[in-house]
Amino acid sequence: MKVVNQIKEIADDVYRKILRKKKPQLSSPLRSLANVKYGKEGYFELLGKRKTRTLTASTIKSFAQTLKMMALSKEVISQDDIATKREAYYVSKNWGEARFKEQTESDVVMDDIEAMLEVNREQLGFIPEEKGGEIAGKLIVVDKDRETGKEIRIDCTKFGSGAYSIPISVEELKFETNAEFILAIETAGMFQRLVKHNYWKKANCILVSMGGVPTRACRRFVRRLSEVKKIPVYAFTDSDPYGFGNIYRTLKVGSGNAAHINKYFCVPNARFLGVTPQDIIDYKLPTHPLKEIDIKKIKDLLKNDPFIQQHKEWQNALKQMQEMKVRCEQQSLAKHGLNYVISDYLPNKLKNAKTWLP
Amino acid sequence: MEEIKKETTPVALELATKQREISVAEFFSKNRHLLGFDNKKKALMTTIKEAVDNSLDACQDANVLPEISVEVIDMGNDRFRVIVEDNGPGIVKKQIPNIFARLLYGSKFHTMRQSRGQQGIGISASVMYSQLTTGRPSKITSKISPRDDAHYYELHINTRTNLPEIKKEEVVEWKKDHGTRVELDIEASYAGGGQSIDEYLKETAIANPYASIIYTNPKAEQIIFPRVVEELPREPKEIKPHPYGVELGIMMNMLKFTKAKNLKSFLMQEFTKVGSGTAKNICENAALLPTTKPKEMSREMIEKLIDGIKKTKVQSPPTDCLSPIGQEYLEKGLKKEINAEFYATVTRPSSVYRGNPFQIEVGIAYGGKQPEDQFIRIIRFANRVPLLYQQSACAITRSVIQTSWRAYGLSQSQSSIPIGPCTIAVHMASVWVPFTSESKEAVAHYPEIIKEIKLALQECGRKLASYVLKKKKIGAELEKRGYIEKYIPHVGEALKELLNLKKDDEEKVEKLLHDILEKERGKLEEIGFDEAKNVEYDEEFAKIGKKEKKEEEEEENESS
Repeated sequence: MKVVNQIKEIADDVYRKILRKKKPQLSSPLRSLANVKYGKEGYFELLGKRKTRTLTASTIKSFAQTLKMMALSKEVISQDDIATKREAYYVSKNWGEARFKEQTESDVVMDDIEAMLEVNREQLGFIPEEKGGEIAGKLIVVDKDRETGKEIRIDCTKFGSGAYSIPISVEELKFETNAEFILAIETAGMFQRLVKHNYWKKANCILVSMGGVPTRACRRFVRRLSEVKKIPVYAFTDSDPYGFGNIYRTLKVGSGNAAHINKYFCVPNARFLGVTPQDIIDYKLPTHPLKEIDIKKIKDLLKNDPFIQQHKEWQNALKQMQEMKVRCEQQSLAKHGLNYVISDYLPNKLKNAKTWLP
Repeated sequence: MEEIKKETTPVALELATKQREISVAEFFSKNRHLLGFDNKKKALMTTIKEAVDNSLDACQDANVLPEISVEVIDMGNDRFRVIVEDNGPGIVKKQIPNIFARLLYGSKFHTMRQSRGQQGIGISASVMYSQLTTGRPSKITSKISPRDDAHYYELHINTRTNLPEIKKEEVVEWKKDHGTRVELDIEASYAGGGQSIDEYLKETAIANPYASIIYTNPKAEQIIFPRVVEELPREPKEIKPHPYGVELGIMMNMLKFTKAKNLKSFLMQEFTKVGSGTAKNICENAALLPTTKPKEMSREMIEKLIDGIKKTKVQSPPTDCLSPIGQEYLEKGLKKEINAEFYATVTRPSSVYRGNPFQIEVGIAYGGKQPEDQFIRIIRFANRVPLLYQQSACAITRSVIQTSWRAYGLSQSQSSIPIGPCTIAVHMASVWVPFTSESKEAVAHYPEIIKEIKLALQECGRKLASYVLKKKKIGAELEKRGYIEKYIPHVGEALKELLNLKKDDEEKVEKLLHDILEKERGKLEEIGFDEAKNVEYDEEFAKIGKKEKKEEEEEENESS
């Protein structure tokens, strides 16, 4: 109920301003790369820039929408219910002129309220649509039965060719494991291969399928798991700017857009195992030429990303890729045999920490 | 063979038997379009226009506030009787036949003064047209004072000799103290709408607010244009020609008829602004002796003289020969005709083209119910006479097109008339308005004239721009406020939900938010169109000359 009080406090402040005939306003931290710093904390920390919404033509609509969304949040929490982001968007269709045209608009307002209250979306009673990622390997997740409150022990080795889905809220989960490391994998395809051949058994590890940029739940799950159990995290993505700059970077230090929650929703101790640009040469991997958008992305990372700017190694790797003018996918390792990744690539890489990137 | 022989007789001999002098009257009877009698509709208009122009000129000469009655009677078979009667000074008995039944006879051609008529063709051309189309004589009545008789004439023109033929002549009873009445039967057709007599008389009333005009149309409806100003305009003074404006032919004529004994005194006597010093300079620049006898000058010498004049600096002509409508009356006239939001008028200082003084006036009426997406309306006047035809050939239209109206808030594509809710009236007053043809429908394209019109348009345009800009700004601000206000109820509702407010409190929040908005953004100036604001607008007047929508549609259906 702490969040409800916070919401009421802000609403009350607006109300009292109006009664005193002062222009009311709502202000929230600016969520963008331009408003983060990357330092010794090891993640993107929020800086002081804020955006304000008030009685102006350019902000009145989102001012009204933010208040309406806060009211919705209050209602959902009070009734001990939840609303998905999509549902919240549909609720707004009752708001007349203040309704959202697209879900992206309502998502932005929702994230702004999060940032304003410095809470997590789930605390506001809103949940995302997307799945949080999948787990297989040497891990027992301890959850609770929704109805009885009894402990449920989920053994992630016992899903056969399937996998355990990371739930939306991971805060209450407990873990039991003796795994040596966590391997966070970009594609479901590579994850399937490693599960199929029980790689986790061989390497004594936990496999995580991120399915592209890891969701908040996935980041939080990996973070808690690695912190609580003190296990290292290695990332295994395609060798392209998207794999480096979006998937790995977000896993490790968070994003500009979620700057207000990065503190909890990233894995600062993660390391980049591969595929690095140097791996392309060392393992003679088949490649594709860089697309226009890739070249742009590399330039943008070098110029604007505080994480890249902090790490010489990453700058060199990106520049190397710029010169090579090629990228490659993690599944291209199949060139040397379908199981080459298990028999050679991963064992080699794990042994040789010098080939990793920070 | 014999036939060939016959043909060998010189053709010239044969032709010679057909060759003879063509009289002016005969020439114009074959070229009636030059005088504005191209078609039946225009013929009616030109006839009335010539008569009314003469009446207004005459009244002004006599310093009488004009009271003019115009009556058009439909006699069937495309025949109309036109009766124009004025309270002017009248015409002495002896001159009546010459003025009405002789082309190029008149007093105005030889004087340098602003007047409506110029060449002395107008009314006699109407008489001739009447004669050619109906064969009826024109009936003229005139009286010069209460003590004198009223003389009645029925006249024809001898088209060969250009001399009057008097069909009937008598003394009649006429209650008027003085004045002239003209009655002409002509072949014509009547239509309302633009370029009609109705429109012409209305615009005449705008440009001549001191005149009272009573008009009875062919439907026997009487329309009265009452006098708005109880004061005649300043009487335009007669001036001698300015040397810069005189062309070779005119110069030859002047030299032939002058009473001066030598060139120097000729220059001083016959021209305005030429004193002894200037005259001496002209002679020097022309390399002619001041003592040269005017009547003995050869063509080459006259050419040298005109060259010499061009090289000599001569003071601009005096401008008291001009009689502008004036900004105040021009605006009054526009207000009567158009219920607009904004009016601006400009009277330029007088200027000179070819030695002829002239003065430009411009009035703009913007907004109101004028259509947004059509070409603006241009009302043209020359010496207070409305010009209804040949708009595209006119220097006034050219000047409007050459002005960039976009900067002044109207839309305009390249080299065309601007588009917007706007009417522009332009008046050119001059001792000699240069028309493109004898029918006096369009002002000729003299660069000096176009330049002056453009300056006046620009001056008005700047006034317009500041209004349009202000209106746009306020419009944008209103739009923003409207947008913000749209969301105020949602803010109230959200706060009610968040803080469990009562309905009263929610309403209070909304009211306060409106107050805060007003305080934050400042009070808005009231601007825009208030239909009732223009007290001078005369709806009945504005309708004159405009066809009813229904009528127009019917006409379109007929034509299709």
